[in-house]
Amino acid sequence: MSEQQEPVTGIEVPIYLKYNFTAGAGPARFLSQVKKGVLTGQRCPRCDQVYIPPRGSCAACGVATEEEVVLSDKATVQSFTIVSIPIPNNPIQPPYIIANLVADGANISFIHLMSECVNEDVRIGQRVQAVWKPEEEWDYAMDNIRYFKPIDEADVPVGQIGKLPVSGWKG
Amino acid sequence: MRDIAIVAFHQSRAVADAGACNEVEMIMPVLNEVYQQVGINNAQDVDFVCSGSCDYLQGAAFAFVAGVDALGAVPPIKESHVEMDAAWALYESILKLRMGHADSALVYGFGKSSPGELPVVLSQQLDPYYLAPQWIDTVSLAAMQARLMLDQGMLTERDMAEVVSRSRRNAMRNPAAQLAGDVSVEQVLAEETYLSPLRKADCCPVSDGAAAMIICTVDKAREWGVPYALITGIDHRIETHNLGMRDLTDSVSTRQAAEGAGVGAGAIDVAELYAPFSHQEIILSRALGLEGSTSVNPSGGVLAGNLMMASGLSRIGEVFKRVVSGEAERGVAHATSGPCLQHNLVTVVEKA
Repeated sequence: MSEQQEPVTGIEVPIYLKYNFTAGAGPARFLSQVKKGVLTGQRCPRCDQVYIPPRGSCAACGVATEEEVVLSDKATVQSFTIVSIPIPNNPIQPPYIIANLVADGANISFIHLMSECVNEDVRIGQRVQAVWKPEEEWDYAMDNIRYFKPIDEADVPVGQIGKLPVSGWKG
Repeated sequence: MRDIAIVAFHQSRAVADAGACNEVEMIMPVLNEVYQQVGINNAQDVDFVCSGSCDYLQGAAFAFVAGVDALGAVPPIKESHVEMDAAWALYESILKLRMGHADSALVYGFGKSSPGELPVVLSQQLDPYYLAPQWIDTVSLAAMQARLMLDQGMLTERDMAEVVSRSRRNAMRNPAAQLAGDVSVEQVLAEETYLSPLRKADCCPVSDGAAAMIICTVDKAREWGVPYALITGIDHRIETHNLGMRDLTDSVSTRQAAEGAGVGAGAIDVAELYAPFSHQEIILSRALGLEGSTSVNPSGGVLAGNLMMASGLSRIGEVFKRVVSGEAERGVAHATSGPCLQHNLVTVVEKA
């Protein structure tokens, strides 16, 4: 017992837990439409805000969002960041842009990629549109949209971002 | 010290699989029920909110944060969470009220256990070096506990079957129950063993669902003008995670918590015990010193439906319902957590 023992600095404890994950009834309605190439939000019956992607409730009011609202695939940049560090297993090469985008007709932003743009020119209020994958590749996922690219429309003033109708920006 | 009143409680029906429902969609209807019971709109109308849940159950990181989407948290609210049964969220809320930091609180718990393999998921609550790596499931540990008691002559398989039979029959009057029916002791004993000596009927089912409660000061209850019951005692104790150091045939921590909560100060009309396995109801009844005059698990208990992270709160809610209806004057509710009744909370609920 007197002999010196090597300290134990770590043990391997593999854990495998399998789950059948479900998105939820509200998100499932959204995903079914995305598979058809349509972006749909859900409207809060109390405060009228339109959420995309919907998660089943208006987080502000705590009530179920039942009404579906078909949205445009045009959007406005609410905020963005330029990613310069490679992320392991991510096929996208830096530098690239992750942006908070608000689709026309929605009040809440979602996060997606931007491309076909000059990174240094990307700005808050910039108008963008979805670039979809070929239809045969569509699945129940937001990456049916490859990325958003800038379009030739006037910038949206900061105060107007998130308040555009589904018909778009006439600025 | 300020008296604590329970003014509202609701539990969703325990179901084997809530299907496409996510956390928020499971919680919202239950919250709406308790809001209606006291006539408020949402969590803005209480001073504090505390929830109990465990992300391991549905296998979704930060699922408990998604739960907050059910509250209506704009403008910001005072909110907290325990990675435990919501009975402990109630405990935290009671401390908040007693300290005078809040006059009312909403407590809720939810669990969607169906997406995973619950007994194996729960193996990860064991100590991380010796037991969790072996993936020892909760049912096997409970079976070992039952075996100890049978071998020491502390109970018989018939005693266990009687617990099951009473649960199934009581659950026939519980609209939230998952398993109910006129099942005789003989029918239970005729079932083959599942994990010896346990039969499937000795084990609680896996259930999805949520429960919510509103508590407040007595002044607030009068202001709301709703019937209420008083929480006159609450205490919880935990035993070592080392199963080899525990006497698994007894529940020392339940007995100590019962003393702390003042269970012995009067007659007990009703007791709702969180016993996921039939033999554990016997251990708990003994530890609490219950006598024949006490109605045990009139709801059917968790053998009729076990909402992980909400069943403990539901036990307290079931006693509250019976005190407010006049069916009972004084009741005891018990909540448990961990393998083989490791951690136990005891609450005394009395007529106002």
